[in-house]
Order: sequence, then structure tokens, then C-alpha cells
Amino acid sequence: MNYLNENIDSLNKKLASGDLSADKLAQDTVANIKDTDKKLNAWITVVDDAKPAENLDFSKSKLAGIPIAIKDNIITNGIKTTAASHMLYNYMPMYDATVVSKLKKAGATFVGKTNMDEFAMGSSTEHSYYGATHNPWNLDKVPGGSSGGSAAAVAGGQVVAALGSDTGGSIRQPAAFNGIFGIKPTYGRVSRWGLIAFGSSLDQIGVMTKRVKDSAEVLNVIAGADEHDSTVSTREVPDFTKFIGQDVKGLRVAVPKEYMEAVDGKMREVIQKQIDALKDAGAIINEVSLPHTKYVVPDYYIIASSEASSNLQRYDGIRYGYRAEDTKNLLDVYVKSRSEGFGAEVKRRIMLGSFALSAGSYDRFFRQAAKVRTLICDDFDKIFAENDVIVGPTTTEPAFGIGEEVSDPIKMYNNDILTISANLAGIPAASVPAGLVDGMPVGLQIMAKRFDEGNVFKTADFIERSNKFYEKTPTGMED
Amino acid sequence: MEITKDTIKHVATLSRLAFNEEELDKFTDQMGSIINMADQLSEVDTEGVEETVQVVDRDTVFREDKPEHWQGQNRETLMANVPEKANGYIKVPVIINKDEDE
Repeated sequence: MNYLNENIDSLNKKLASGDLSADKLAQDTVANIKDTDKKLNAWITVVDDAKPAENLDFSKSKLAGIPIAIKDNIITNGIKTTAASHMLYNYMPMYDATVVSKLKKAGATFVGKTNMDEFAMGSSTEHSYYGATHNPWNLDKVPGGSSGGSAAAVAGGQVVAALGSDTGGSIRQPAAFNGIFGIKPTYGRVSRWGLIAFGSSLDQIGVMTKRVKDSAEVLNVIAGADEHDSTVSTREVPDFTKFIGQDVKGLRVAVPKEYMEAVDGKMREVIQKQIDALKDAGAIINEVSLPHTKYVVPDYYIIASSEASSNLQRYDGIRYGYRAEDTKNLLDVYVKSRSEGFGAEVKRRIMLGSFALSAGSYDRFFRQAAKVRTLICDDFDKIFAENDVIVGPTTTEPAFGIGEEVSDPIKMYNNDILTISANLAGIPAASVPAGLVDGMPVGLQIMAKRFDEGNVFKTADFIERSNKFYEKTPTGMED
Repeated sequence: MEITKDTIKHVATLSRLAFNEEELDKFTDQMGSIINMADQLSEVDTEGVEETVQVVDRDTVFREDKPEHWQGQNRETLMANVPEKANGYIKVPVIINKDEDE
């Protein structure tokens, strides 16, 4: 089963009519993954004998019988979960993340776990213990990261929908690089219980699909309060599919000049075309400024790394995960297990975080970053007082080559300059395909105020209808 | 801001990580440029600005402190990932050196 021309509605119709059985769909999906993953390496674990849930009701749940990919930092009961780290190479969870329980209840089929940068730290999926994932549009290019496996799996037609996580752009940047839709919901919209923690004030689980409406269907299922995660809002979750098919007349669209200046001429042209389409349909376009944009990369790397250095203290080789051999004493177990279990990028982040939080650096780095974060949030509040959405490019360039940036951490960090702010401010943000630049996809980013995913879906669906990017087939999958 | 090898050694100790000399040299260079990039933040005037450390829309959430039988799991499955165990307990190495112990 190849999903390049399918969506959740089309599959649901086939399942409901009996033209396709959920068993066959599960088997064919696994067979196709095994075949196409020789090219992509998008998966860490594939469930060979994946079976649909019993007593599926295709009229009650759109996700009944639909195979969904889960990023490998989301805990799945009885399916190995590694976060792409040697540290968790043998970790077998004995419970499900809340999002997984909710998908199970809706009847989704679990076919495996997707590749990522180790502990979600990276922008290329090259920092994986299980090897790099390849971009379906050009196998020599990165799929972005850290949810690069989920993005490549969707773009390459292996599944129709995948869960990802986004701490600084890890859903949106790979979505942009692979020509698919990806949404990071508002911080507090989706439970993070069972998500392996990276930066706890920034992490959010979200959805990646080829079609905008499919993400709305999945978000409908995974959103909402959870007694296991007290950061999830108790406010009501709207039916996000209601925002599909609406017109954008009168929609107030802000375009930050710093975002448009961050990209070159070819890319700006593609992004401007999407903005012009909104304008032609009656949206009101306002040029705005996000004056702290040049500080978001340092701000994010201090905050995220500080939180990571604290969250990753738990990996000590004692209760689960990798334990080093030939150790003299308890301290030696900690140090050796961590030094052998973590990859280079994870060590860099832990070191940066420990440094920023250490005596003598705390005020100058961590506290200053927390204050600058307030100024970044204020910039958004000002814009959203007079606008419904902010749009601009998702990334500064299309996907780069495998091996091109991996040895230069600062260059790699700067990839995230346009996506990080949404995590710092906790606002919903998505990337929808805008077009091709030199044969590679680029994305239009759409942000809205907290808990206003509705306007994000409305705008993204309009863009999807106007440029019909989904009709294109990834060039690396043709043969 | 100059980052010395000693700073990196100190931070490695705090992080419970060990590096060999070659790695230390590489990390000192890399961390030096990353920290200097991060130090750009000191340009920003934050006089009188409050800190933002979370963006949650709820106050502290309380719950009753009572045990519950969790997802039908038993002790054995909860211990399944423990690298070394004995008599139903997690086994850890000695805290003092093995040779000192003898």
C-alpha cells in the first residue's frame, strides 16, 4: 500500500465499503515500508505483524484501521522506544503515552516508530544512533529534523499520517523540507505524558500529514485535558475540521519583514506568491516587525539546553537503558554509561545547559535568556492585537545535503531561526507546502495566537487549495 | 568571553560526562563559539523585564496523594527494563571503589 494519492477520507471510504480490509491495509503498509525504507531509512522499528484493533467502527471514527507512524520519542507499550539513542537501545515501555492511548481508542493501527535526531536534538535527522534518514525528494538531501523520519514516511507515501514532536521547529522544518503539512499545536493543547522530555517548557506533540484536513482529524483525537499532564489546558477542544473549506476574506495576515529578509530571492518569490493568493482572496496583508528575531537562536539554545541538561539527568544506567560495563563504583556507572550512551550533539546540549545554569553563569545566561523570552512573547502579543495570523517562510533555505552541516553546530542551530519563536511563545504554528525551489519543497509558516489552531488550519487549507502542491510526487520515489 | 579547558572540565563533571584529551580540545573550541553566540543576549536591554520560564495557562494543579493500581501492571513488568536486579530489587554497584572495599 502506497499512500501518495490517499488521504484519511479516501481510505475511510474504502474501509467502510468493504473494498479494503483493515487487516490487508496493515499488512500492505508494512510490506511497502520494508520495501521503500531501503531508500529512506525513515523507521527505527517496524511492527512486522501489525494488526488493526478489533471491532472497528468506520462510521464512528475516521482513524479506524488507519496506520499511523509514531516518532520514536513517544512511548508505546510493548514496542521498543529509543529516542534514536544508544542510551535507550533496549528500552521496552510498559505503558502508552496519552496520545497513543487516544489513537488506540480511535482505532488507529500501529505500524512502527520513526527515525529522528537523538532525543529530538537536531535539525537534520543525522544525529541518530540508527543512521540518517533520506529526503524522498532527493535521497542525497536531509529530511530536516528532528521529526525527519515521520516527515519522510508521510512524503514518501509510507503512511498517511505521523506524530512528531516540536521543541524548536522539529515538526515544521521537516514538513517544509519534505513538501507536507505539519502542525505544532499550542503549548498545552496536547498531553505530553509519555513524550520523552527534552525542553519541557517548549516541547509539544503534533501531527504531520500530506493533506491539511488529515492533521485536523488526528489533532481532534489527540488534543485535550489529561490528568497525567497538568500543563494541558482544560479549555474545550473545537472540531478542527470545521476550519477546512472556509474562505479567507477579511482575515488579517501579518508578514514579518525580518522573516522575508532571511530568505533569498528565489525562495521569497515562492512565499510571496502564497501571500498574493491570500490577498487576491480578500485577506488583509500587513507588514509587521518581530524585532528580536536576531536573538531567538541564542535565546532558545540556552533555554532548551538548560531544560535538557536537567531532563537528561535521569539517564544514569541504573533503572533502564544502557549500562556501561567494567565500572568501579556508582559514580563510575553514571559517568561511563552517560559518556558511552549519549551521542556528540546530546553531550553538547547537556554541557551548554549545565554551563548556563552553573554558578557564575546563571544570571548572565539563563536569567537573561528568560527575560529576552518575555520580550519575544511581547512582540507576538502586539502583532496579534491587530492580526489573526502571521505568515512567512518556515525555513531560510530548502533541504541541505547529507553531511553538509553536521560538523558545524552553529550553522545547524541557525536553521531554526524562523521556527523557534513559536515554541518560546507557546503559540500554534504550522508549515504548509508553498512550492519548489531548485526542485526541493519549501514551506509557508502560519502562526496564530495561543489556542487559535482554527485560524492556522483555515489559512493552511486555503493555501493547499490554491497551489495544489499535493498533486506532485516526490522525485526520489520515482523509478 | 573566554572558555578555557578548565571550564569545560568543570562543566563535564557537573554533567556526569567524561572526555578524553582530544575530545576536550574539540569541545573547548566548539563550546567556546556556542557560548559566545549565546552571549549576544547580553546586548539586549532587559532592565525591569520579568522572566518567562513557562507558558502554561493554568495555576498549580493539585491532586490527592493516593496510590492507584496503574494500567493493570504488576511489579515484574515494571522491573523489566532494569539492567541488573536481585530478589525483586534494583541492584546497584558499590558506592565506594571495589579495590578500597577489599
